[in-house]
Amino acid sequence: MMAKSSRIKSSSSDRSLGRFAGEHGIGVFLSMVFVAPIAWAILSTFKPPMEARQPPIPPWPTTGFSIENYITLDSFGAGLWHSAQNSIFVAISSVVLTAVISLLAGYGFSRFRFPFKNLFFILILSTIMIPFQSILTPIFLILSWLGLQNTLTGLVLVYVTLQMPFSIFMMRNSFDAVLKEIEEAARIDGATNFALLTKVMLPLVWPGVVTVGLFAFLNTWNEFLAALVLMTDQGKFTLPIMMTAVQSGRFGAVDWGAVQAGVTVMMIPCLILFLLLQRYYIRGLTAGAVK
Amino acid sequence: MSSITAKAGVVTPAAPARRRSKIDRGHWVGLLYIAPAIVLVTVFFVIPLGMTAWMSLHNWPLMGQHRFIGLDNYVAITKDVRFWNALKFTLYYTVIVTIAIFAVAFPLALFVEKPRPMNGVYRTAFFMPVVVGFASASLLWAWLLNVDSGLFSPAAQQLGLTEKKFNLLATFNPAFWSIIVMVVWKVAGFTMVILMTGLQSIPTELQEAAKIDGANAWQRFRAITLPLMRRTVALALILSVAGSILAFDQFYILLRGGPRNSTITAVYWIFNQSFVSFKLGYGAALSMVLLVILVVLSLIQLRLLRNPEGT
Repeated sequence: MMAKSSRIKSSSSDRSLGRFAGEHGIGVFLSMVFVAPIAWAILSTFKPPMEARQPPIPPWPTTGFSIENYITLDSFGAGLWHSAQNSIFVAISSVVLTAVISLLAGYGFSRFRFPFKNLFFILILSTIMIPFQSILTPIFLILSWLGLQNTLTGLVLVYVTLQMPFSIFMMRNSFDAVLKEIEEAARIDGATNFALLTKVMLPLVWPGVVTVGLFAFLNTWNEFLAALVLMTDQGKFTLPIMMTAVQSGRFGAVDWGAVQAGVTVMMIPCLILFLLLQRYYIRGLTAGAVK
Repeated sequence: MSSITAKAGVVTPAAPARRRSKIDRGHWVGLLYIAPAIVLVTVFFVIPLGMTAWMSLHNWPLMGQHRFIGLDNYVAITKDVRFWNALKFTLYYTVIVTIAIFAVAFPLALFVEKPRPMNGVYRTAFFMPVVVGFASASLLWAWLLNVDSGLFSPAAQQLGLTEKKFNLLATFNPAFWSIIVMVVWKVAGFTMVILMTGLQSIPTELQEAAKIDGANAWQRFRAITLPLMRRTVALALILSVAGSILAFDQFYILLRGGPRNSTITAVYWIFNQSFVSFKLGYGAALSMVLLVILVVLSLIQLRLLRNPEGT
């Protein structure tokens, strides 16, 4: 009896060890498949320009380390760093505006009663059903009527609008999750509405704000079609538009080393933010999926 | 001690009055908090939406006067062979890419859902392409797929798989499947996470009970996992379908609609009509068609998700 049970135990632990190794083998292999294209691009940007023109086998530089590709990139059109500045301005402004506006709206929808409240809420949420691709032409005209055509400010306002349904949904839920008693206590202590929001509520809904800001950053940093349509002046190009122009040969023969340097500049902030704030990202994703 | 009691005694009767005044002011204060959001959504969404409908009834060039022409644009759409071809291609792409994404994402979700050390690392690795954006991913793959300076065709040649360099982007089928591979790489992690949340909501007791009853892995997947995940699968499906119907970036950046205009999607065609040919009225009418398709899809989504049978 004893012997039998110990034999079963050892054979099952052998099997589970084999299974363990097999599963982790699969895991490591698949992880490499998914990360490989990104790693390939980043490694190859450090090749000298001559080598960068050759097929990237192997991906890492073999004839010496160089940052020439990044320097070349700045010579196209208005320059990479100019476009990078545009992208940074657009992304940061969109993050801040999205966070502030959805914070206020989330608070309003969660804590106040006012006429047509549900109507307004449904109006904002229902915009998610309509593809913004289908209303770009009028947006283009409205921006020019407002004197904002071809301005980064105009692009920011459009981007912030597109973030509204998700962000307000997220922030209202964040406020709903805060106990009413905390607010009541602060109110009795004489806090005004605004102080209540910034001093008491903000720390409590901060995870929601981070989630909203993270999505706003990733979406606006990477957005392509609206920027392509609305920004017609090369000085206003964001990184994706600029790099597409470089890749299409608009500035002469395509320099793939430089294109991958640009792609790297576009990818790195997203990857860093995601790795740092992964928890908040998954939170945002599942908030939509569960509700 | 007595002073505290006295204080509390003072506050209690004052509270109802305070509450009443809060509700009165609340009518305005609440609106003030949501006002910025409402203004933005009105100016950059509701009004443009109305304008799209209005413009679709006009001949509306970029410069010069626009002219009311009734439903002429819509009549023209029925005869616009290239639009219907674009729509057909978009649907073909949507079906294929959605199947491909699920074929990869479902096994991935089952793989990372099991509690196991290192799983967080795998999950993160599979998810990384999701956050880099379609434009970056397309530019990256434009390089990998490039016939001379890229990775795939020179590698295939060096390995002796092809005699000379094979241009993957020159003909329809290799180009189309290259895009499918790129999109699956980029999106599978996203679908995986959605499916994973569904898997995690299934009580483990159910699986255990079925295991004891002698059900094998496939039977358990068919009889327990899939039915209980209906809602999650529906959500992942709808997100994938809606995203694919609106595809633009990858076809514009990687293929420029080629080879020989065979990969122009619906959004690409609207973009061409509106912002290359500057037929704004006609573009608006095309947009309305696309919009109707997506709203119908969203309504189907709501029905699928609301169905009480699912959890």
